[in-house]
Amino acid sequence: MLNRLLASILCSMATVVAASAADRVEVSIGYLGPARLGQTLSLVEQPSDNDGISGARLAIEDNNTTGKFQNQHFTLEERRLEESDDAAVAATGLVNRGIGFIVTDLRADALLRAADAVKGRNVILLNAGASDDRLREEDCRGNVIHVAPTRSMLADGLAQYLIWKQWKRWLLVVGSHDRDRLFADALRRAATRFGARIVQERVFEDTGGARRTDSGVALIQRQIPVFSQQAPAYDVLVAADESEVFAAHLPYRIWDPRPVAGSAGLVPKSWDAAQDQWGAIQLQNRFLKMNSRRMSALDMQAWTAVRMIGEAASRTASGDPKKLLDFMKGRDFSIAAFKGRRLTLRDWNLQLRQPILLVDGRMVVSVSPQEGFLHQFSELDTLGLDRPETRCRLH
Amino acid sequence: MSYRWLPTGLVVMLLLTAPANAFIAYVSNEKSNTVSVIDTGTWTVTGTIKVGQRPRGIGITRDGKFVLVAVGDDNTIEMIDTATQQVAGTLPSGPDPELFVQDAAGKILYVANENDNTVTVIDIERRARLGEVGVGVEPEGMAISPDGKILINTSETTNMAHFIDTATRQVVANVLVDARPRYAEFKRDGSELWVSSEIGGTVSVIDPARRAVTTKIEFAIPGLRKEAIQPVGFVITADARTAFVALGPANRIAVVDAVSHQVTKYLLVGQRVWHIAITPDEKYLLATNGLTNDISVIDVAALKVIKTIQVGELPWGIAISRQ
Repeated sequence: MLNRLLASILCSMATVVAASAADRVEVSIGYLGPARLGQTLSLVEQPSDNDGISGARLAIEDNNTTGKFQNQHFTLEERRLEESDDAAVAATGLVNRGIGFIVTDLRADALLRAADAVKGRNVILLNAGASDDRLREEDCRGNVIHVAPTRSMLADGLAQYLIWKQWKRWLLVVGSHDRDRLFADALRRAATRFGARIVQERVFEDTGGARRTDSGVALIQRQIPVFSQQAPAYDVLVAADESEVFAAHLPYRIWDPRPVAGSAGLVPKSWDAAQDQWGAIQLQNRFLKMNSRRMSALDMQAWTAVRMIGEAASRTASGDPKKLLDFMKGRDFSIAAFKGRRLTLRDWNLQLRQPILLVDGRMVVSVSPQEGFLHQFSELDTLGLDRPETRCRLH
Repeated sequence: MSYRWLPTGLVVMLLLTAPANAFIAYVSNEKSNTVSVIDTGTWTVTGTIKVGQRPRGIGITRDGKFVLVAVGDDNTIEMIDTATQQVAGTLPSGPDPELFVQDAAGKILYVANENDNTVTVIDIERRARLGEVGVGVEPEGMAISPDGKILINTSETTNMAHFIDTATRQVVANVLVDARPRYAEFKRDGSELWVSSEIGGTVSVIDPARRAVTTKIEFAIPGLRKEAIQPVGFVITADARTAFVALGPANRIAVVDAVSHQVTKYLLVGQRVWHIAITPDEKYLLATNGLTNDISVIDVAALKVIKTIQVGELPWGIAISRQ
């Protein structure tokens, strides 16, 4: 038959090339995280001891499935830091042992100490845990990539949806800790930016005490309505409570029948266990099978960080940190992270552009950027501080 | 999809019983758990077949007796009897089957199992699993070379086209493509392999002999951001001169000069256009619009959308049979 004849001619023309026999590339990735996790108000939201690192482990497995076709091999080395441990010492120790990439779940100051301690060495830090805007602005570093979204990205993602819903009058309730105030700053900026009005602000003082008590719920039921009464007319209560002191108590208890958003109710996040769009179900299934629990936002941020290293290694056929960083900053880099579009790095501060999910604890309600929020370069740059506003000067 | 392999007697029989140029299209509705049956003579839905959970990949056996549907959440492939239009059996795929391809003789089915990084090899007649091939993370696109010697699988998170020797069932080469490869197809003469990359926003043209990307087809639509252009399903005509590429949330099908690899036109269809199929006479193109729950019908000669047909929820895949 003609087909067969043609096929055999074609086949004889084909030079059969076996999988490239290039030298094996070993990529060692360090992980620096806290030894102890904070307490949440809700028992079901209490993070697992392996929160974050489990995402990194899954990405190592994914990278190795890919790597076996290119003779690349990825390993993970984990360090858990007590409050008294110095992140700079831990990071230096990893680099001295030949590690070229460190995924971090560290507070802002610890991350900066670690980054500055290994400055000039051939190592990249990937910040998976800290959402502080200052790390991408006045305190940005040329050796730190930020995978976690910033507070301003989270606040903008939420604000766009509230504006789309025409819930433009916000009652802002802020906790009394520094990080609550930083999230409130981001929410105020988002309100101004997208046309919401904060009708009043209230501070919820943390007076100490246990997060869980046997009969606490009766007290809370009286306390929250009193706290929230006599507010000016508003559409939505927006809470800034990263410290997990009060926000989870607000829904269904506040004086006015209004929805709650921010740190409770409708929450902006990089990821959620309920996310199943854009092929995410495959990732969720892999994660569940490996860890016997659902995937958190921190797990996803660590997964994405390790996958970014794997993707760059795969494209450049290299494991050299400097080469991979240059590639990740360039136009040809993007990472697919089950959010319906390619994620890329902002070259001015090394922040990963990403959609923000809005979740209610059971479902993904919406994904920002919302339709109609336009941008001259990337709609993802409607989330967070944009290039013209940046205070970052990378050297 | 090759119709050249249908036994001549069967073709004659089918032509005698069917009105001229009328075919049957089968559409998998991912959310409804149904398959819509469309008569291309009248452009009407003539039936809706209940299937398992999350039907996506769909194809017709070479003998025309069965429509195969990958029902991912039931971890199997269902066989719809085309005579009775009911599910009449299953094929043993791996977990979460998505897309599949048959060999030229219609005896062996190769299935991409999205959940466990494998391609399953199935004997269609015996309905038995013959083996497995380990591939990259989240296998999806499947194609077979016209000579039947090379099977292609694309893996969405590994971002490669894996070349598998069908005789030894070993991966013999891997070609990196752009992010999230979804669909693969050879030109009929075997001269080019095309792979679409949903997140990368390109179609890679691969030289199957050199096993290297020779060029990438790019898309640009005024007023649309690059992120919205996500190529998924495509069709290359038998003469290998023209191709049609579904662009997902860009809501358009690109008409591509398959020789120069340049886009010549964009056709506006429904929302999140996913997979497309062409009638055996190549007069009409049918495309599934996931978010508008309908099928766009395109007149290939006129390059115009002539009809929209409502189907089930989240239509995903489409296959066209002679009868």
